[in-house]
Parts: sequence; C-alpha cells; structure tokens
Amino acid sequence: MVTLKVNGHDHQIDADPDTPLLYVLRDELKLNAAKFGCGLGQCGACTVIVDGKAVLSCVTPLLLLNGKQVTTLEGLGTIEAPAPIQRAFMEEQAAQCGYCIAGMMMRAQALLQKNPKPTDAQIRSELQTNLCRCGTHMRILRAVRRAAQLMDTAELKTNGQGGVQ
Amino acid sequence: MSKPRIIAGAAIAAVIGGVIAAFAVVWRPAIEAIEPPAPQSFEPALVKRGRDLAAIGNCSDCHTAGDGKSFAGGLAVPTPFGTIYSSNITPDPDSGIGRWSEAAFRRAMRSGVDRAGHHLYPTFPYDHFTNVTDEDDRALYAFLMTRPAIRAPARANNLAFPLDQRFVVAGWKLLFLKGETYKPDSTQSADWNRGAYLVEGLAHCGACHTPRNALGAEKAAASFSGGDVDNWHAYAINAGSLSPLPWTTDALFHYLRQGWDADHGVARGPMAEVVSNLSSVPEGDVHAIALYMTSIFGPPTRDRLSQASATRAEIKSPAVQPAHADIPGGSIYQAACATCHESDRPLPYSGINLRLSTALSAPDPRNAINIILSGIRPVAGERSPIMPPFANSMTDDQISVLLNYLRGRFSTQPAWTGVEQTIRDARHSETVFLQTQPEPNNAPAGSMQRDKPW
Repeated sequence: MVTLKVNGHDHQIDADPDTPLLYVLRDELKLNAAKFGCGLGQCGACTVIVDGKAVLSCVTPLLLLNGKQVTTLEGLGTIEAPAPIQRAFMEEQAAQCGYCIAGMMMRAQALLQKNPKPTDAQIRSELQTNLCRCGTHMRILRAVRRAAQLMDTAELKTNGQGGVQ
Repeated sequence: MSKPRIIAGAAIAAVIGGVIAAFAVVWRPAIEAIEPPAPQSFEPALVKRGRDLAAIGNCSDCHTAGDGKSFAGGLAVPTPFGTIYSSNITPDPDSGIGRWSEAAFRRAMRSGVDRAGHHLYPTFPYDHFTNVTDEDDRALYAFLMTRPAIRAPARANNLAFPLDQRFVVAGWKLLFLKGETYKPDSTQSADWNRGAYLVEGLAHCGACHTPRNALGAEKAAASFSGGDVDNWHAYAINAGSLSPLPWTTDALFHYLRQGWDADHGVARGPMAEVVSNLSSVPEGDVHAIALYMTSIFGPPTRDRLSQASATRAEIKSPAVQPAHADIPGGSIYQAACATCHESDRPLPYSGINLRLSTALSAPDPRNAINIILSGIRPVAGERSPIMPPFANSMTDDQISVLLNYLRGRFSTQPAWTGVEQTIRDARHSETVFLQTQPEPNNAPAGSMQRDKPW
C-alpha cells in the first residue's frame, strides 16, 4: 500500500511502487484529465503538477512521490467554477482535438505559479516540451497570456478551488 | 662621474629598457582596414573547404549565441576569471571581421591579436591554432567572409581588474603561447599525421579534455587527462581513460561520425555539438582523428582487457541481482531507469546498458547528474536519441541515493564524495542554462549519419 496525496486528498493505493503515476491517476483514481500520449516522457500529454512543478506522470513511478502533493487538472477547477487557466483556454478556444490540452494547461499553470508575468519567450520555452499535433499553438499561447491576466485581476478571488496560489 | 649618478643613470636605463621591452611584448600594430571583399571574389572550392574546416574547428559552437545568428558571437563563456563573450566573426564591416584582411585573420589565428592590435583572450584557442597552416587559414577566411554579414556589436566581458586589461594577455602569451607549428612525424602514416594536425590544431580537442592550471593554460604534462567545460567533465581521452570498454579506432570513428557507439553510448553535453559538426565533414578527416586519438589512448593494458571481457560477459548474462527494493536507490533504478536502460531496443534510440557508461565511472558525478536532470531532448523533426528529464520528479535526496547505487553497481571505481552539493550546483547551472538557451542543443549528429548502418 502506498499513500498518495492527490488534489488535497490522501489515497491508499494498492499498486507496485514502480507503477507510473499516470496509470494510478487514470485507472485507480479515475482522474482522466492527464492523457497517455507516448509513454516515454516526450509529448507532455500526461503532465501534472507535483509540489508546484510540471512532471511527466507517465515516466514518474509511484515510489518517487512519497510525501509529495500531486495536482491534476481536476484539482484546479470544475465545470461550474473553472480555474483561470481553464477559463482562459475555453475563452481562447485553444483546444481542437483537445488531447494535449490538459497537459498544456498543467505546464502553463506551473509556469504561472512560479512566474505570474512570463514573457512570450518564456512561455514558448516552457511549453516547448508539450506537443500539439492539431496546430493550435497560437491559440494556446494566447490562452496562457490571458490566464496570466485573469490571475492578475480581482475576478480570480471568486475561485474557491484553490487552483491559484 | 659620482657613484650615485652612475646608479641613478643605470636605474633610468633599466626603467627605459624595461618600458621598451614591455612595449615590445604588449604592443602590436593595427593592420590596415580593407574594403569588405565581395563574396564572389572567393573560389567556391576554397569556401567549401573552409566550411569543412570550420566544422572540424567547431567554430560555430562558441561564436553563436543560443538564440543568435550563426557566427555572430555573443555567447557567454564562463571561465574561472569571469565571463567572456564570443566575438562576431561574420563579415559585418563594423561589428564583425568585414574589414579584416587575410593577414589580419591569420595573425588572430596565430597569435591572438585582432586587426586593431588588441590582444584576444585565450578562450579563443589560438594556442592550438598556431598549428593551422596558411592554406587552411586562407580557406577558413574565405568561408567566414562569405557568410551573411550580421550586425552584432561585441558584448562587454565581465572580468575583474586587472584581467579586464588586454595587455595582461601579452604576459600570459609569454608564459604559455609556444607558437609552434605542427611538425609531421615521418615514422607515422599520412593518416595519423593528418589526425595529429587536426587534433592538436584546429579541432583543439585539448582545450576541453586537458586540465588547466591556475592561470587558465593547458597543463602540457597532463595532455588529454580530462578537463572541465560548461559544468560538464570532459573525460580523460588518454591511457587514463575510465571508459568501461577501451576505445578502438572503429569505435572512435563511429562515435565521432554518428554521435554514438554501441560500446560507449550517445554523445551529449558540449560533445554533442562537436560530433554534430563532425557528421558533416569528409569521412577521411574523422577517420584520421580517430586513428591519432587511438594512439593517444595507447594499447589497453592486460588488466583493462580482462576487465573489458568480464564486462561484456556480464552484459550477456547478468548475474542475479538482489531484490532491488532492499537497496537504497535500487528501487528507483528499477522503476525509473531500467525500462529503457535494460531494454532490448538497440542504441541510439534506447538507453545504454549502464555497465558501459563512462559517466558512472567518471571522477565526479557531474555528467550523470546533468543527464538525469535534463534528459536528452529530441531534435525537432527528426528521429533522435531521447531521455526524459527528471529534474522535476526527483528530489535531490532521490537523485543522490540513485547515483550512489548506480556507482556501486555499475562501476568499479570508489564511491563519489560530495554528491549532494554537486546536485545542488547542477540544478543551479541547469536553471541558468535553460533560461539562456531556448533550445538546448544536446542531441548528437545529424540524422543522415545517425541512422547509418554500423
């Protein structure tokens, strides 16, 4: 049994310590936002936040996560009360097929938590490891800039989900 | 004449003599500026040869900033004495070398003096370039003068007094610039001599692979015994090599040409850029370099050979390992590393069996840490070696126990010391690196070479 803290809750997980975090999130906890893309840590579709940093959950075994806080997209906001990053992606219509978007949002979220006012170059550099095959990159970049603005305004205070720290 | 007068006279003479001597050491005349020559005034064949030579010299690596234009300079080169910025060697008339004559270019290569007569810092490895022939300097000049001119004024170096005074470099040259040119060894083959000429000259391998003294000059007595570059360790490439399997000419050729070798793994860090350049030059030159370097490595000792065959046997039929979960670091290795590093997929697309890793046998863990933290990024649009980064998913403690386990299991060398501090330093420099380099260029060799059958 491994104890895993996800979105603020402790979970007792009955899995081998070398099980990738992604499998536990999707198969055990039914948190399906993080996607299986390449399984090699090369596409970013599986990105979640661990202790404030963007982590590739498909190549992160459970045993590395002892005592750490995992945040998935579900932990940022809900359909009724989306987090700023989610609102921004919807308002910019940044998703086409949407497969990469959860990972994009999580990496962008980690960036904005660390650096609330990133330059375009910093956004591009940070998101470089996440691939989008539909080609909505320009909308994704706009969405991240919009999220930075949203987080910087008073509107954000109404979000009670703890999505923004 | 009274005695005090004689003494005073002698003292004055000595001072004047000293000033003249110092002037002779320091002062270099300007070489007259020229009108930038038209690109079409250079023979295409000469330009092509210059292009290959520039690749062998790895010129673009230092003379191009991470996000800058080729050869326009501006790359920050960290040294123990401060940061030096590389210069613009495109033919821009004002900020580049557009007004340099071939004679001025040759003087810079030979004696580290720019056209205006200023001494250049020895981060520009003219201590090696003294070996380059006039003919090759001419080709390099032709190549550089036909590049697009980029306006990019030099950035001011960040050096403390008195090192920010360029005349100080003249003293350094007195001590360390021998100014010898390469003399062929008639007892060796033409190929060997070609390799020696390139390695000791333009390719300046020793600039990274030879340790430096307190004044930043290569220690002549410790040639190729391992040095430091950009927070990486450049391995010993002589008889002191710690690679688990000895290097052969074939392995060296394959590694330098294709960026990886089945017995030694994938080139990364600063070496990735070197092999990337070497993948595009005439094959014969790379072979000559491999041949010469084999003689620098020297024939492996009997001990080394028997160790190598034990290693090969161990890889073929691994001994049963104790349960990994009981060993600190073993469980991390099994969960995070073994799926690639013990897979049946062949190199370069899979991980090397870590028994063959020189990084784990190296004198310090820097290279292993760098690669665990940053992984190997794929080359855009190409099939290339990859490794995911673990900087965000492993804590310093986890990396530390993992490294100690890897060292104990896969290397015959004694345990590393100061692993934790090295990890903290690497994280710091990694952060700096990632902030200044939008696209870390650490994937080796062009795909054209990478996929060639071995």
